[in-house]
Amino acid sequence: MTGPTPDKAVDLAERRPGPTARTRSRVRRGGRRGSRLIGWLFVLPALAFYVVFVLRPITLTFQYSLYTWNGIGPSTWAGAGNYLKVFTDPDLFQSILNAVKLIVFFSAIPVLLGLAIASAIRRVAASRLALVARTVIFLPQVIPLVAAGIAWSWLLSSTGVINQVLTAVGLGGVTRAWLGDFSTALPAVGVIGAWVLLGLCTLLLLAGMSKIDPALYEAARLDGAGPLREFVSITLPSLRQEIAVCVTVTVIAALASFDIIYISTQGGPGNATMVPGLEIYYLAFSERQVGVASALAVVLMVLVIAVALPIQWLTRDRSS
Amino acid sequence: MITARREAWTGKLLLVLLMGITLLPFLSLFVTALHPSGTYPPGLSWPGDPHWGNFLQAFQAARMGELLKSSTLIVLGVVPLSLVIGTMAGFAIGHLRTAGRNVLFVGFVLGLTLPFEGIITPLYYQVRDMGLLNTRWAIILPLIGLFMPFSVFWMRAHFVNMPEELSESARIDGANVWQLFWRIHVPLAMPAISSLAILLFLWTWNQFLLAIVLVDDPLKRTMSGALGAFQGQWGTDIPLLSAGSLLILAPTLLIFLAFQRRFVTALLQGSLKG
Repeated sequence: MTGPTPDKAVDLAERRPGPTARTRSRVRRGGRRGSRLIGWLFVLPALAFYVVFVLRPITLTFQYSLYTWNGIGPSTWAGAGNYLKVFTDPDLFQSILNAVKLIVFFSAIPVLLGLAIASAIRRVAASRLALVARTVIFLPQVIPLVAAGIAWSWLLSSTGVINQVLTAVGLGGVTRAWLGDFSTALPAVGVIGAWVLLGLCTLLLLAGMSKIDPALYEAARLDGAGPLREFVSITLPSLRQEIAVCVTVTVIAALASFDIIYISTQGGPGNATMVPGLEIYYLAFSERQVGVASALAVVLMVLVIAVALPIQWLTRDRSS
Repeated sequence: MITARREAWTGKLLLVLLMGITLLPFLSLFVTALHPSGTYPPGLSWPGDPHWGNFLQAFQAARMGELLKSSTLIVLGVVPLSLVIGTMAGFAIGHLRTAGRNVLFVGFVLGLTLPFEGIITPLYYQVRDMGLLNTRWAIILPLIGLFMPFSVFWMRAHFVNMPEELSESARIDGANVWQLFWRIHVPLAMPAISSLAILLFLWTWNQFLLAIVLVDDPLKRTMSGALGAFQGQWGTDIPLLSAGSLLILAPTLLIFLAFQRRFVTALLQGSLKG
């Protein structure tokens, strides 16, 4: 390691008293050049952890995805075979489709409902009730997703509160074990995700709305604009950035969902709620198909980047 | 005037409704936890004879004391070190004229959206080869690396806005870079660092995937991972499971209520920046 050398060099250069302007400017330049390298010493520990526990595993995921390997014995070259399997095997492809469908619940519902709720409570945002609500609405963000999964599994069970309420309002006919029914399991899991993310989106959007100049709304009112017109012409355009954040965070949560589904359905019934994250876990650690698991992992990572990057670019372009 | 008042009322009504929906699962867990162990209580119903003893029973069944210790050890392993090296890197990238800082920054940012499932397979073999499987280090070390993109991103955002004159004058007074960092910049960065500490604590405490894949013994996992094991073991005894779940999420809840304002601000800023 050449570690101490640049450190000492800067020490010497900067400790030397510089009485004249000429020496001082030289000292400063010395400091600059030194800090260009010293910076690397500051970055090095962080970089080491990042390289060893993030970049190396990413590279290895790519490498594994090109081989057939059971995790123990020798591996054989598979080329694009594992990727072919991800897109042609109905079960594997189903897991990707399920994740995309979950976007409706994890993303569309929290963002749209969050927008509606935030604009409705905008006027009471400073009241004491709203302060209490801020804390309460944040609870799902703080508790482990596993706990949310357990609580909701019970709510959605055949004797749970949801069915109790449905029976009370005369809809006893539709009651069922929501997480155990092939046709309702995926939406039911989606509801859990919507519950977790709705509060976050609402508060993010509300925080964004509080930054909008109230004079804009007054001017719109004077011009005779109704609440809807106000929403479309003032609120929505001003919230571009907050909406982008909500969409990014929630879409990633949908594509990379794991905890909630592991706890509430384990991917079942059948394959009805299988998602890539869970499928990777099963393939790699139960079925010992490390190659296929890694190919699916690569597809998942690419999918997440493919969604996150355009949203970032879109909002950055317009705001500059 | 009338419309404004009506809007205020709908607003308040919606707030109460939203709070109700948020609290419903907790309420359901709570009343269920009070029913006799081993029964299937129907929906929301207050038991005739509340079994408060279920909480004690769950405390013992889940071995809460040991779980708390384990999670605390993991948090102590992850958070302080991540804060120090994340802040150092953020300082170098955001404030010093480090050569290649933009490349470094982009490199770290690329890891921001990485789903942990994407790398869990090689991580397992890597941790196994390091001989760390089934130890708390198996969770601690990878998490430091996995949280690094956000930590660096967050701290850089703070340091980018610190005026250059501050460092110039400290340098003229004879401070070297190390002193400049610890004596001038770290004290000024405390608000950003403490928000980051809250976020890292929460993400570590609630980490599930790494815990269940890399550590078999629930007593060496995070709270979240232990809850998964608890569900596997007691999943059929609904009242006991409910009591255990409430106990396991109680510590985060208490810490959240104690520091709620900081938490909400940190989480909102965290998602805005992330």
